[in-house]
Amino acid sequence: MSDVVEKTLTALPALFDSQTGAAKITNRLRQLIKSITELTSKHEEENLIKQELSAMKEQVSSPNTTMKQMREIMVRAMYCEMLGYDASFTYIHAIKLAQQGGVLEKREEENLIKQELSAMKEQVSSPNTTMKQMREIMVRAMYCEMLGYDASFTYIHAIKLAQQGGVLEKRVGTFTPHFHSSPYITSITHAQEIIRRKAVLALYKFYLIAPNQVQHIHAKFRKALCDKDPGVMTSSLHIYLQLIRESPDSYKDLTGSFVTILKQVVGGKLPLDFNYHSVPAPWLQIQLLRILSLLGKEDQSTSELMYEVLDESLRRAEMNHNITYAILYECVKAVYTIHPKAELLEKAARCIGNFVLSPKINLKYLGLKALTYVVQHDAKLALQHQMTIIECLDHSDFTIKRETLELLFRITNAQNVTVIVEKMLDFLRSCNDEHTIIHLVGKVAELAEKFAPDNSWFIQTMNDVFSIGGDLLQQDVPNNFLRLLAEGSESKEEDDQLRLYAVDSYLTVLKGHTSHLPQCFLQVMSWVLGEYAHLQESVDQREVIRLLTQLLDQRSVSSETRVWILSALTKISEGQTDLILDLAESLSSSQDTVLRQQAQELRHLSQESQLHEWALPRGAPWDGIEVDSSLSFLDGFVSEALAAGAAPYKPPHQRQEELCEDRALNLEPYGFSLPVSLSSCSITDRQSPTLLSVSSGLSGNSTELSQKAGCLILEGVKRVWGKDGYLPQKKRSTPPVDEPSAAVQPPGQQEAAERIEPRPDPLTQNQDKQQLASSLFVGLGVGSAMSLLGKSEAPPPRFRKKPHPHESSSSSSSGTSERSSDSSSRSSRNTTNSFLYGSLLEKEPATSISAFDHTPKSTTANGLAQNKDTKEDRRANTSQILGGDMVIVRPSTIQDKHPPSVSSDLTALLPADLKDLPHSDVISLTSDPSLSLSSCRLFRDEALLLVIFISNCTETVIKDVAVQLTCEELKTVSLRGNVVDCLEARSTSVCHYALLMDDPHTNVSFTGTVSYQTQPGHTNTLPFSGTLSTADFIRPLVVTTEEYGKLWLSLSHDVKQNLKLLTDAGDPLRTTLNSLKDALQLHVVDIIGSEGIVACRLLSGAPCLLHCRVNGTALAMWLRSPHPALPDCILYHCQRALAHH
Amino acid sequence: MIKAILIFNNHGKPRLSKFYEHYTEDTEQQIIRETFHLVSKRDENICNFLEGGLLIGGSDNKLIYRHYATLYFVFCVDSSESELGILDLIQVFVETLDKCFENVCELDLIFHVDKVHNILAEMVMGGMVLETNMSEIITQVEAQGKMEKSEVRAAPFGLV
Repeated sequence: MSDVVEKTLTALPALFDSQTGAAKITNRLRQLIKSITELTSKHEEENLIKQELSAMKEQVSSPNTTMKQMREIMVRAMYCEMLGYDASFTYIHAIKLAQQGGVLEKREEENLIKQELSAMKEQVSSPNTTMKQMREIMVRAMYCEMLGYDASFTYIHAIKLAQQGGVLEKRVGTFTPHFHSSPYITSITHAQEIIRRKAVLALYKFYLIAPNQVQHIHAKFRKALCDKDPGVMTSSLHIYLQLIRESPDSYKDLTGSFVTILKQVVGGKLPLDFNYHSVPAPWLQIQLLRILSLLGKEDQSTSELMYEVLDESLRRAEMNHNITYAILYECVKAVYTIHPKAELLEKAARCIGNFVLSPKINLKYLGLKALTYVVQHDAKLALQHQMTIIECLDHSDFTIKRETLELLFRITNAQNVTVIVEKMLDFLRSCNDEHTIIHLVGKVAELAEKFAPDNSWFIQTMNDVFSIGGDLLQQDVPNNFLRLLAEGSESKEEDDQLRLYAVDSYLTVLKGHTSHLPQCFLQVMSWVLGEYAHLQESVDQREVIRLLTQLLDQRSVSSETRVWILSALTKISEGQTDLILDLAESLSSSQDTVLRQQAQELRHLSQESQLHEWALPRGAPWDGIEVDSSLSFLDGFVSEALAAGAAPYKPPHQRQEELCEDRALNLEPYGFSLPVSLSSCSITDRQSPTLLSVSSGLSGNSTELSQKAGCLILEGVKRVWGKDGYLPQKKRSTPPVDEPSAAVQPPGQQEAAERIEPRPDPLTQNQDKQQLASSLFVGLGVGSAMSLLGKSEAPPPRFRKKPHPHESSSSSSSGTSERSSDSSSRSSRNTTNSFLYGSLLEKEPATSISAFDHTPKSTTANGLAQNKDTKEDRRANTSQILGGDMVIVRPSTIQDKHPPSVSSDLTALLPADLKDLPHSDVISLTSDPSLSLSSCRLFRDEALLLVIFISNCTETVIKDVAVQLTCEELKTVSLRGNVVDCLEARSTSVCHYALLMDDPHTNVSFTGTVSYQTQPGHTNTLPFSGTLSTADFIRPLVVTTEEYGKLWLSLSHDVKQNLKLLTDAGDPLRTTLNSLKDALQLHVVDIIGSEGIVACRLLSGAPCLLHCRVNGTALAMWLRSPHPALPDCILYHCQRALAHH
Repeated sequence: MIKAILIFNNHGKPRLSKFYEHYTEDTEQQIIRETFHLVSKRDENICNFLEGGLLIGGSDNKLIYRHYATLYFVFCVDSSESELGILDLIQVFVETLDKCFENVCELDLIFHVDKVHNILAEMVMGGMVLETNMSEIITQVEAQGKMEKSEVRAAPFGLV
């Protein structure tokens, strides 16, 4: 800490100096920060901030404070808020300021007003707020709204208020929502794209808060979806994702649109600005995939619409960047959510494989998540990755472990339950995150109930659950457990056995150290002992009583637990009057009334054994107790309540079923492991009138389940998983792979070796893992035998993870590993060096570099390396351009003196693949004594290639030549060779830009600069410019006459004009069209008599059809195109071409 | 939806906090503290996601973080956000800061809190991702900067 402070302090003066202008404004802030850093204790900080705040308070209320000072105060207030101090007095000033001031003030105040709003939020939700206060809040909210801040949370209250209140409230109440939404609705049609986007998001937020209030603007959402700006469309997807999540059925009709949008995005139809790491609009794609998966869920016809585009997405996303993996992950999830299609599932499964096997930990995590999702549909998939899953179980990363357990939970069955539960409990013991514990303990309990193989295991596991989960447990876990014990199954013998186990184990627990046991566990134990202690005849009842009374004496036991214990004592006290009376006496003076009552009961019952017998009959079956299960004596009360408007009663199981329909509570988990056969258990025999309603529906379900599981055992284990059936085969196949890898581990590879767990005997270790695998994945699917055996021949994936470059024969993968180790060492150096002052970006995020940067396939490894290279290149370039000490801008006035050395042989320098393309003449762009630039246009079908030749006119080497080209109207798709490290004397370098024109302009000009160094440290800059015409971007459109006819009818924008007809040759029409064709690259489709049809298009985009007719001495030209501006441009160029002729 | 965006340094000092849902001041501070506690004890070479936690709304939520030099950038999001997507969003955010401040370091975040907030406001609005294109963000921020400058010059030093 102290060195940070020190460094901060030393840096402060420098900062002040460097930014004299801006520094003054926030000078006080600096002082504040500086003094905070000088402090040593939290207490001092508190004092300082308090002082600061009171000073600010004074200042803001003083009339002499200028706007500028005010602003500065607001920034300071913001800072204090961030540190957690209350600066709410500034809110109102902030609002004032925002009203008066300009953008700057607004921005800063926005944050504070948000705080004001949240303070209001608190107030409105507090039940103590009076009507009058409420009204005042509403007015304040309206004020904030007026300033353009979102106070929409008040609407609901406003509406409430309007319902309850008088006239005044009503007016305020009804006013606000309309007041609010209207500016957004109007701004949704605003001309500026960014404003429309923000308006859409605001409406979405509005929808979230008060969905009923925005029914009338759903049409606006659709409008936003169809907005011509992709950004606005993207924002509207937020809304649709939410709407579709709520009711997918009402938006099925939009599926087609979403598919089309995704298709266009994937196909790269969006402007290049939307690319991120050369992936077109990845965030948009993710949104769309989510929407599609929601729409296609359980709907075959809708799903069929999207198969194609999903396939396309899976295929396209192959580059090696994080963001493509994000898309892939969504794709995979979508494929598994929608109506299945075998081909896609197969591809998706392969993708999951790539994720799971990836050495990048983030991808592995996602892979596990995807697997967890997918095993619900296809459990076999987990089998393929069993070794990886086992590795993940031992992973050092908490998150990964947790996710793995989640996965295991999904594939648990009766055969692997013991192993999986053991793993989960191991994890729980080492875990200290409350949330995880609650979550996982519930799952363990569920598994134990569903799949327990025998009594002792079940009781033991539940003991663990109670002692680990403790009082964090959800109440239904102990409840279910006790119900299970109490109701039992059909066989009395069996039930008693289970209860006996429980009693035995609890007695053992109680004899040990009990002070650390959670209350919930104690309650369960005391109940069980009270009910069933008599079953255990070998134990003296007095011993049980003694143990329980001991508990009562403990301080840590809560009073609720005491009540439980006392009622247990009441049940077993029969005949032990002497022990009990003392106890009852001591407790009858207790402060807790319930406890006192219990003590009284205890005393009476223990004195009158007959009464005891009658009230608490020992060992009586549950069905012996006469309970009026219909509660008919309450009928009158119920009907009265219903008449008064109460909601009808819903039994708990129904409520629970609604919550989680798939969770079946198995009340007969012990059937097949005990001598009693399953068939003897029939649900209908159940004699418990009290709990019949609870158990019948559920247990019917679970019996089915367990019977199914029973079938699995017979098929799965005996054939495949027998002790001598499967494992030996594994052994045979693994050693050849494992031994060399251990042998070639050179002593020098210490660092790498350290990362691997010490494995003294790889063979046994491997065997252990295999065994674990076989026990974990037992019984998954009927075809498991085949897939597992097939898998065992291929080396398990974990071998690929080991960094042993000596073994890797392919140069590419060793290259990667060297690179990654380099970079990892670099990154570690950076961590130490770049402290406070280090540029944040200098260090790659830890995940992207790891010493284990082995990718499974060598191709992907290549891709990675390339990516990295280009990235570094790019970075290097910018630094070359910016890094020079001096930048000399020299206008190209010398150009006249040095006639441009345009040489026709320049085209010979074109790369081989471009030589055959049609090209224009080479023209000179600019030159100075050392460099000359000339350009040439190459017409490619989908783009215009602007080739720039950079020639060194001197006898010396020119270094670091970098060309930069800018053009507002055009889009650069790709560029190559715009940076040359070193240009030899009298040589020429070629750089080319692929340009696209989306909106036709008759002429576009481009400007650019070339920077270079003749001497190190001196950067010269040479500007150049040029023009391009639409004609350069027009390509012939080859169509037949019929196609032309169809297309003609479908186009909307048309222009008609009479042009000059060339009459100097025999056939004026043909001559004219030919000359146009030469000048503009048109395609003459057909000439019939005095009419001719011609077609062209703008690169590979919008077509334009021309219809020409000879009309006397003029040519009547009629142009049609889907693009409004294109016909005009073409017409202009036609006129020029004919005029020049 | 993004619930909160937090930036703090290696010692847990908050450098920026932005909550898109309402919490009381104390809860906010507690969230920052606990998040720091969770994130700071994680190694460099394990994954960038943290699940659950009782902090912000329970099991549906995740923490997605990145560690740059001295600073942790933490996004608390719910299940409707893509993990890798957010991870790259953080990268975009940091790269944008880097562009705007020219080699951004912790001090920039301390002394120009307002500017950082402005940049963030262009990227995320009300918990929803608004813009992911770096050059677009920079354009917007610069446009604002220009407006501010012209206002500072034009604004009379009137009384408040």
